[in-house]
Amino acid sequence: MSSQNTQDKIAFSDEALQLVNSIIKRYPEGKQKSALIPVLHIAQAEFDGWLSPQTMDYVASLLKLKPIEVYEVATFYSMFNLKPAGKCILEVCKTVPCWLNGAEDLVAYLEKKLGIKTGETTADGMFTLRTVECLGSCGTAPMLQCGASYYENLTNEKADALIDKLRVENTRKNYTDII
Amino acid sequence: MGKKLLLEHINVEGIQSLEVYRKMGGYASVEKAIKTMTPDEVVEEVKKSGLRGRGGAGFPTGMKWSFIAKPQGVPRYLVCNADESEPGTFKDRYLMEKIPHSLIEGMITSSYALGANTSYIYIRGEYFYVSRILERAIAEAYAAGWLGKNILGSGYDLDLYVHVGAGAYICGEETALLESLEGKRGNPRIKPPFPAVKGLYGSPTVVNNVETIATVSHIVNMGGEEYAKIGIGRSTGTKLISAGGNINKPGVYEIELGVPVEEFIFSDEYCGGIPNGRKLKACVPGGSSVPILPAHLLLKTAKNESRLMSYESLSDGGFESGSMLGSGGFIVYDDRACIVRSTYNFSHFYRHESCGQCSPCREGTSWMEKILKEIEYGRGTMDDIDLLWDIQGNIEGKTICPLGDAAAWPVAAAIRHFRHEFEYHVKYPEKVKDIKHTPPPMPV
Ligand SMILES: Cc1cc2nc3c(=O)[nH]c(=O)nc-3n(C[C@H](O)[C@H](O)[C@H](O)COP(=O)(O)O)c2cc1C
Ligand code: SF4
Ligand code: FES
Repeated sequence: MSSQNTQDKIAFSDEALQLVNSIIKRYPEGKQKSALIPVLHIAQAEFDGWLSPQTMDYVASLLKLKPIEVYEVATFYSMFNLKPAGKCILEVCKTVPCWLNGAEDLVAYLEKKLGIKTGETTADGMFTLRTVECLGSCGTAPMLQCGASYYENLTNEKADALIDKLRVENTRKNYTDII
Repeated sequence: MGKKLLLEHINVEGIQSLEVYRKMGGYASVEKAIKTMTPDEVVEEVKKSGLRGRGGAGFPTGMKWSFIAKPQGVPRYLVCNADESEPGTFKDRYLMEKIPHSLIEGMITSSYALGANTSYIYIRGEYFYVSRILERAIAEAYAAGWLGKNILGSGYDLDLYVHVGAGAYICGEETALLESLEGKRGNPRIKPPFPAVKGLYGSPTVVNNVETIATVSHIVNMGGEEYAKIGIGRSTGTKLISAGGNINKPGVYEIELGVPVEEFIFSDEYCGGIPNGRKLKACVPGGSSVPILPAHLLLKTAKNESRLMSYESLSDGGFESGSMLGSGGFIVYDDRACIVRSTYNFSHFYRHESCGQCSPCREGTSWMEKILKEIEYGRGTMDDIDLLWDIQGNIEGKTICPLGDAAAWPVAAAIRHFRHEFEYHVKYPEKVKDIKHTPPPMPV
């Protein structure tokens, strides 16, 4: 999908607009606010992986909401980025079941390998490293999420291979990707 | 081998598709319910089955359904809670990913029973790829006439949609979930009114867990009385357990309620014991919100009876010596695990996930996290341990939603059963400097 995000004009691609309209139809007449979270996911994927104030205002106008209604929601949920991030956000689960199975070692390994601390982005803008709470993958720990994909039962070797693969692909990974 | 219902066909090739699912007997409950039963008769069977909500609270499903208000001309909604964010729990993901139609089938049968013509599956945002699997299954079900207008020529209409969240544990709490589904922040509502009276868009609504809804199909097929014969006492039926932590075979197991905990942990049919020759130290048997139990209280109750995987047995002894079945997120600790670090980890989780509406929860969770961090890194005092105990006691029961309790209980249980580990951290800061320190042995 290609959307415009220039200084003065911001708009979804036709394809994304169609999707937005089909999502609005899932809710009763007048309850289009329900579509807000799904539409913010689409907006984040369309506009460089984050929600700028401009993007949020655009979503507000599409759904006939006040901008504040969009800001309130965007700031509440952890999957929305309010600042630009790397193309590939590596989200390592650190909650107890994963911790019992080596999540801390995995984080330390990735920090060393990427030369960044948790929460930072590599200088080339390729990777952001984060720790997150339980992703419902505790039986296949340690694990991380990147975009729509779960990478489970990770070892240092598997992490190496994953980083190499992501570097070669060199594309932004979004939660909405079809995998 | 215990009885399998939900996972009976999990390994059948192609079971994700409608065609294979049908071949294995899928959608029979929809046919039976819509063609031969009234909605109230379906509710009656669910009542007879003794089914208790599989989301964590264990509230009887049939009773919950019978509370739904039926004002004339007002729509009713069924909302499936697929938020699954309770640490240690991954059974709903497994079910939806492997046998998506089992949830769709349950949604149709349950919606029919409740008189809902529009239903939603609210799934956590991180499970985006699972939402696609569900959407494909729903499209197949529409195409085959199981959803949409005039299902099976009965005049009953149902639309079913998947709604994706965006990362917030609190949206698993049913009223926060409804707020989120309405496009708002996930702030739990003050109850009453309960969702059964005023739920989604102010209309009567039932919120049920994925596993609960998938189980309804089996109850309709076999009849409530037959279902109630499975399990033990008031813990009827089968239950999915997500087993993780330090065990040989982590994964999702369907158990007949009443299996001894010892068998569940050590037998090859289930967890397969503790790896690397280590010893069992402790377990959080029902997701992060339930009290941790040391090995001796896990395998046997305080009355020295064998502890069983059931609602009653796991809670036997109250919080003094028992825990809860909860969501079935079964987290096992071997003897290397530091309970202080585990408690600090959980307290970080609850501080992060508190919606911030009530002061005891908002302030208490961040205070507990801070103190636990100090203790964990050898900078705490003995008074801090008592302070921690006081803080947790001042959160419990004083908040809008049960997240406050869920944050308090793990801390209380850790201090109750593992106080010596907290004291060890205070007494020997040098020894706990290395975060991988060996914890002290259990006192005998
Ligand atoms: C903080 C919090 C988180 C919860 N998370 C979930 C969840 O992820 N999934 C779920 O089914 N129930 C969750 N619940 C329980 C729901 O509020 C509700 O009781 C449940 O969805 C009802 O379904 P059931 O009766 O079928 O179990 C949570 C409750 C609280 C207080
Ligand atoms: S208990 Fe915590 S999560 Fe629940 S409403 Fe209060 S502040 Fe929010
Ligand atoms: S604790 Fe990491 S996925 Fe559950």
